[in-house]
Amino acid sequence: MKKVTVSICTGTTCYLMGGAHLLTINERLDPSTLDSVEFKGAHCLGLCSNESNGKPPFVKVNEHLVSDATLNKVLDAIRKELKEIQHVS
Amino acid sequence: MFHDNKAVRLRKEVLARVARAFFTAQPDDTLNRIPLTMRPKGAKDSSRCCIYKDRVVLKYRSMAALGFSVESETDELKPVSAYFAEALQRKTPTLPVLTVIDEACSACVTTCYTATNACKGCLARSCESVCPKDAIEFRNGKAWLNPDQCVNCGLCMKACPYHAIIRIPIPCEEACPVGAITKDPETGRETIDHTKCTYCGKCLTECPFAAISDLSQMVDVLQRLQEGNAVAMIAPSIIGQLPGTLPQLISALETLGFSSVIEVAEGAEETTLHESAEWAEKISEGERFITTSCCPAYIETVEKHLPEMRPFVSDTPTPMAYTASKVRKIAPEAVTVFIGPCIAKRVEAAKNPDVDYVLTFEELGAMLVGADIDVFECREAMDRPTPSREGRGFAASSGVTHAVKAVAPGNAALEPLLVNGLDTKTIRQMSLWATKSCPGNFVEVMSCEGGCISGPGSMGNPRLVKKQLDELLKNSPPLRSKPISTYRLTNIDLNGTVSRITGEFFNESTGTQNSRSTDA
Ligand code: FES
Repeated sequence: MKKVTVSICTGTTCYLMGGAHLLTINERLDPSTLDSVEFKGAHCLGLCSNESNGKPPFVKVNEHLVSDATLNKVLDAIRKELKEIQHVS
Repeated sequence: MFHDNKAVRLRKEVLARVARAFFTAQPDDTLNRIPLTMRPKGAKDSSRCCIYKDRVVLKYRSMAALGFSVESETDELKPVSAYFAEALQRKTPTLPVLTVIDEACSACVTTCYTATNACKGCLARSCESVCPKDAIEFRNGKAWLNPDQCVNCGLCMKACPYHAIIRIPIPCEEACPVGAITKDPETGRETIDHTKCTYCGKCLTECPFAAISDLSQMVDVLQRLQEGNAVAMIAPSIIGQLPGTLPQLISALETLGFSSVIEVAEGAEETTLHESAEWAEKISEGERFITTSCCPAYIETVEKHLPEMRPFVSDTPTPMAYTASKVRKIAPEAVTVFIGPCIAKRVEAAKNPDVDYVLTFEELGAMLVGADIDVFECREAMDRPTPSREGRGFAASSGVTHAVKAVAPGNAALEPLLVNGLDTKTIRQMSLWATKSCPGNFVEVMSCEGGCISGPGSMGNPRLVKKQLDELLKNSPPLRSKPISTYRLTNIDLNGTVSRITGEFFNESTGTQNSRSTDA
């Protein structure tokens, strides 16, 4: 089955700006969907050096970039991607 | 208490931008532009009336990030760069360590009670009859509380059958355990009474407008790092506060410019040994109980609000004091920098000539960002001394108790009590312990709930940090198994007692002690 890949940036900038707290996200996700989501810690995604990318912390949900990420923003993005997977299959 | 919210992020963003400016070719220009960069023309997310006010507040935040109290401003036109130049000249950090950004404060109401739309203008009007000050009027058929008359007694709230009257708290005042922050009646803005403040930092984390800031020593340290002989003394609570592993973080600190890094957990071992001996001695002499002395916000609380507790506070120096004294002995010229989660440590450091600077984890994070150091990319520092489980355990609430229990003489009847977080209630409780009776004979006091890992300057998520800490403790050797010789190095002469204690303790057999831990 296709999975949704979630990369939470744990570069120093993102970690400082709140990324540390995003790492609790698996506790907030519906347990039934946990199998379809893969969490990856990520080194600096290289986005923090250019302000046009938006504000840290950054999270990538598949190809979708979440800036100034909060738990809710990331959860929304994950749910959206999950829906798409279900559509395809 | 912990939060990740927009206010916290804003404070950290300013720190990071100031640190980054330090490393640029044109720091002055970068610094002066911070308010504009963060609130550019056309910015939609103004948090106040307009971006201009936002910018003014951001300028004051930058001042605090450079270590200047906002109250010290005499010339409104003085640019951030001028403060930067002054900060670079500064020889010692500034006190007091907290400031109110008065432009940012003002959002909180003066009267705590207000009638909401839920008011039905009922026939009974019990609110009106119960009010001792005639403060309730009826306007358009609904209750209205006259702020000039209301004395905040709250009787109307209790009387209303519709729960239509609510109490609006002032978060910083609510959070302060000692009533040190109050409204200036003239301006309506909060002011800190430094004769009462214990620098616990609770107001800082609780203010929804981030109007309270600590005075950063970041720039002072960045400047002194260039001398090449700064020693980083990292608090036991550093685990999980920054990305990467502890050995990676240590090499990140070296890359930043620290010439060496020492874990304060080593000093905590000294504290443990000395404190358990002090406890045994005092109890055998008939003292009812002793309390720990390592939490500086608690020490300030005792000094300013709980003088009756003074005779019970242990005389044992703190882990920071032991560590710094050791560093001074080995390298008298070194610049000593304590890095921890604590604001009150700055006050302790100001009284201790062995400690030159105190940084919070947030500030360290900002400095690493400024210097473009990604902890995850750093190599692992090798061949480091491994502090014991007991020393490292000081990071979380009940850690000191565990440590002291582990080394206290085998026949000891240690009856621990835990004060996990200081608030008005626990302070009142402790006063009774001092004046009447205390249900235990060893009291561990942590101003922050959860212990240092949830301190006001912390950066990690306390729950995740606790997990990482537990894991680390599992893999750290017990203090008792450490060869005595390792202690010779770290022994600090406290009338020669520590070495004597050490020798004795390692000959004692381990006995199980009855223990009792009560959440106060
Ligand atoms: S630290 Fe996250 S993008 Fe650089």
